[in-house]
Amino acid sequence: MHAHQPETGFNLKNALREATAAQLALLAVLLCGLLVVSTGMGFIPVPAAAVVKIILSKLTGNPDPIAGMNEILPVVVMDVRLPRILTAAMVGGGLAMCGVVFQGILLNPLADPYTLGVSAGAAFGAALAILLNIAALGVQSVPLFAFIGAALTLGAVIYLSSASGGLSSNNLILSGIIVAAILSAGISFLKYVADEQVAVIIFWLMGSFASKTWTDAGLALAAIGGGLAVFLFYARELNLMSLGPQMAASLGVDTRRVTLVLLSAASLVAAVCVSVSGIIGFVGLLVPHIMRALTGPDNRRLIPVSLLSGAVLLLAADTLTRAVLPTEIPIGVLTALIGGPFFCYVFRRQQAARKAW
Amino acid sequence: MAFELESVDFAFAGKRVLEGVSIALSPGRFYGIVGPNGCGKTTLLDLLCRFRQPQSGRIRYGGNYLSAYSKRQLAREIALVPQNFYINFPFTVRDVVMMGRYPYIPRFSGPSSRDVETVATVMERADVDRLAGRFITELSGGERQRVVFARALAQDTPVLILDEATSNLDISHAIRLLGLAARRVQTESQTVLGVFQDINQAAVYCDYLIFMCRGRIAAHGATREVLTPATLRSVFNVEAKVYFDDYCGALQVVYKN
Repeated sequence: MHAHQPETGFNLKNALREATAAQLALLAVLLCGLLVVSTGMGFIPVPAAAVVKIILSKLTGNPDPIAGMNEILPVVVMDVRLPRILTAAMVGGGLAMCGVVFQGILLNPLADPYTLGVSAGAAFGAALAILLNIAALGVQSVPLFAFIGAALTLGAVIYLSSASGGLSSNNLILSGIIVAAILSAGISFLKYVADEQVAVIIFWLMGSFASKTWTDAGLALAAIGGGLAVFLFYARELNLMSLGPQMAASLGVDTRRVTLVLLSAASLVAAVCVSVSGIIGFVGLLVPHIMRALTGPDNRRLIPVSLLSGAVLLLAADTLTRAVLPTEIPIGVLTALIGGPFFCYVFRRQQAARKAW
Repeated sequence: MAFELESVDFAFAGKRVLEGVSIALSPGRFYGIVGPNGCGKTTLLDLLCRFRQPQSGRIRYGGNYLSAYSKRQLAREIALVPQNFYINFPFTVRDVVMMGRYPYIPRFSGPSSRDVETVATVMERADVDRLAGRFITELSGGERQRVVFARALAQDTPVLILDEATSNLDISHAIRLLGLAARRVQTESQTVLGVFQDINQAAVYCDYLIFMCRGRIAAHGATREVLTPATLRSVFNVEAKVYFDDYCGALQVVYKN
């Protein structure tokens, strides 16, 4: 026989996988704590107790808890910080959860929510809106154009990859790369002709949660709620898809429909995230990757765990750039600067671990 | 009849892969499909488990058109052990075998005690119970094939389709798993259809052989009648002697070099 050790005694990896409820509870507590702490952090510090009191008072409509408090504090918390903080948390959770779905469908642990060109499409739409100075729809016209750009890109990618009747992961990845390449050339062209607006375009592309409103938070919440429902509904089929399309089909999975529904839903959630906040990389790649190692590949657990971890991670990163660093760095740059090297480390380590077998 | 095929044609990328395939397969038999590489064996299996649809001709299963079954109904009738597979995510062996119970477990439900029992039984029979907690990504090719075989057994279907399902297995596990399939044919009158490269292996387990050549069925019939030097010459273009071997209790073939 091989030199495999027999299955005896305590297996840390398996024990971790079984503890999903504990992981979820821990992450939820962590997220709530982080929400309160980060809301207190900033130019005007607000004590955690005051933050909780202000939120409670708003939720219950009872003014008693905030009686006698400096009047500026409720405004800072409710109108300035909370919308931004909640948006950051939701975008982080949304991107991480979409990353899980993309990796599962494309059978590729290196896929991310932007693999099908969603980010390039959104960026092109946003750049176009900025360049043409389209303000017909008020402040929401840039996000709206970004969303339309992302949705059209998704349509083009699916059209390109469905010529043979199936939606094979190789076709999808290739089509995504091709469409994204064309779009980035388009973006370069838009920047070239943009003149003084080029700074606005570049800044938008780098991603930011600055001056987010309750509308943004609401949009993100709606997209993520809808996406989560779809993802959890099909989580079991997504598990079976990892056996490959033929085996999944022989087990009764409608592979084409599941692929189409999950990819569309995940791309639309990612598109909303991008339109709200710009392009924020690595969250959707890194979080599913790390969480899969901890909680296992079962998507019924991996999706909610990644959602919460992504929220914690991006909120922490946004708080870092907003309240800790001396000057605000665009969040997309920060996540890439921290996430990139960290990913290299994880990637190397996993290769080494695999070699050991 | 389990399957009835009527002048089935299939072309892939403009190339004819199957041409005018007509055959009726009765339940309770172990069928072996043999033929040279690229003769359409795997494509035929793909059509039978409805992974592909024929361009013309009809396929019936259990008296009804194959296309009339819902995916879930079909998954309770036909299980497949494919030739190639690659699993990229670290599911445990137990998780993978349990996936065979998917057609029986309602959405948002956990496995019933019957599902757990079935999985435990097939894992023991396929000799993968010792691997239960290991990750599928960490197993050798042969071990993975045993797990996928166990998964198909857990599906507990009247028809089992094996596409060179023992190609990576050591001889002891090959005998063990093909014996499991043969026993299901004898005691539960299930139907097994297997593609084989090794004709001697097919001769031991199969009651009935189907010889394919260039997209057509070249010969088919009871193994003792159809396995002849003449068939082997016309299908494989080899000179061979066919004899009854007392030790394994079946016809065997030796080839002239």
